[in-house]
Amino acid sequence: MSWFRREENKIEGASESRVRTEGLWIKCDECGQIIWKADLDSNLQVCPKCGFHFKLGALARIESLLEPGYELVDGNLRSTDPLEFADLKPYAGRLKKAQHDTGLNDAVVSAVGMLGGHRVVVSAMEFGFIGGSMGAVVGETIARAVDRARETRQPLIVVSASGGARMMEGIVSLMQMAKISAALAKLDEARVPYISVMTDPTAGGVTASFAMLGDLNLAEPGALIGFAGPRVIEQTIRQKLPDGFQRPEFLREHGFLDAVVPRKELKSYLARALDFMQVR
Amino acid sequence: MSEPTATNPAVVQEPVPEAWVKTELARHPQRPDPLAFIERMFTDVSQIYGDRAFGDDPAMFCAMARLDGEEVMVIANLKGRSTKEKVHRKFGMPDPEGYRKALRAMKLAEKFGRPVLTFIDLMGANPGLGAEERGQAEAIARNLLEMSRLRIPTIATITGEGGSGGALALAVTDRVLMLEKAIYSVISPEACASIMWRDASKRAQAAAALKATADGVKSVKCLDDVVPEPEGGAHTNPGEAARLLAERLHLHLEELKALPVEELLQRRYEKFRNIAQFYTAE
Repeated sequence: MSWFRREENKIEGASESRVRTEGLWIKCDECGQIIWKADLDSNLQVCPKCGFHFKLGALARIESLLEPGYELVDGNLRSTDPLEFADLKPYAGRLKKAQHDTGLNDAVVSAVGMLGGHRVVVSAMEFGFIGGSMGAVVGETIARAVDRARETRQPLIVVSASGGARMMEGIVSLMQMAKISAALAKLDEARVPYISVMTDPTAGGVTASFAMLGDLNLAEPGALIGFAGPRVIEQTIRQKLPDGFQRPEFLREHGFLDAVVPRKELKSYLARALDFMQVR
Repeated sequence: MSEPTATNPAVVQEPVPEAWVKTELARHPQRPDPLAFIERMFTDVSQIYGDRAFGDDPAMFCAMARLDGEEVMVIANLKGRSTKEKVHRKFGMPDPEGYRKALRAMKLAEKFGRPVLTFIDLMGANPGLGAEERGQAEAIARNLLEMSRLRIPTIATITGEGGSGGALALAVTDRVLMLEKAIYSVISPEACASIMWRDASKRAQAAAALKATADGVKSVKCLDDVVPEPEGGAHTNPGEAARLLAERLHLHLEELKALPVEELLQRRYEKFRNIAQFYTAE
């Protein structure tokens, strides 16, 4: 036995990019700065040093956009597991755990309230709920937000954060893309504003449906936004992808984003855009 | 035969779930591709090219054609037959310009009141660097929205593999048909297996769990009609397979043409707005 050999390897999580110290301190993924969690919370989860945008939960997002007194709506739907899907674990169990962990019924939260001087409908996706994936509940909840916006003639804002369709709901999840897009066609005809805000990440069937269909398409700095995942593309074309691929500047350069808006400026940007988008 | 599920270990051991047998039939190398069906069912086929913006996608086929003398727009993805042609046509996976070309063809049909018939057999939209640069997601999204309000009768047929958003971008139609041994899925069984089982070789189990067969899709009411195939699959008798499909297309087209356009639009909207409602309200 060597004198220096460790009996057990006690170094854990060496590959983790973010190390938590009892949850009080958080290391920035981007600049490595150690941030006091309360500072991060009071700064909309944006690193005070480098401006890196951490993920913001759906409820915190709504809180950040709407004036106090907003009302949460359509939060009562729950998936019925249409395929009775099971892989290594049953989907029903994954749903229960996600519901327990997030306190939400599924991966989206809708609210109505005031954004500056505008009365709006907001749907914000929750990445912490099975990767923000879209199944029957997300599809119906967002479609109801679209209907609500059309019926009340209040602008619609959808904040995306999703890995795409929820494969555990199979073809049912695919159909949600058609459902929301059909509802958006009606909203378009009614000339009610719709602004899509893409946050990290926005991918797959969410990008390829409502996220790309805004009258304005906005994104937060640093968000990964695309159709196919970077790994899938690398495997298909067998070459490394360029730096900044599927990042907001890439999308803006190619003509698919109207603006990249930092989180702290989002509310004022939206209010200004809604001033313009009044039907005369 | 009991429905194979991944929760039942006794069935997992079973070597080939029915869903995987059908997946292999849907991908059979001799299975007639969309063009093979089109060649047998339509006359006076005049192809049109290009999206008027970027280029022409060799994986997307659009043509004015006649179905028993009636003018229709035919849209299909092209897979290619020789190895060289398959590479040229990207194994049937369209790029954004392909979806935009398809939409242009649909708008042309709408302008002149001609029905649109689409035929789909693709693994998915092309996952590539250029596809992302040119907005694959936007192109698909735009088709979903615009197809929901085209003022003409529309019918989609999945003849082989209906791969995710790339297939849906041609299938927001008044009627969605699947051949008996076709599959229609949000993700390929291989990709699903490698994500959920972390093992791509579990593809047969994934196929069963996804319920992507015509029966499976019908059971969750995401499909309007299942088109019968000759015994053993379409490849055993492509002529008969095309005849059976043409019969169904006629039937659906006649029904749709009888509807006033506003009612047609209202029914299509309601179908997709109310599709796949699998939730409970507390």
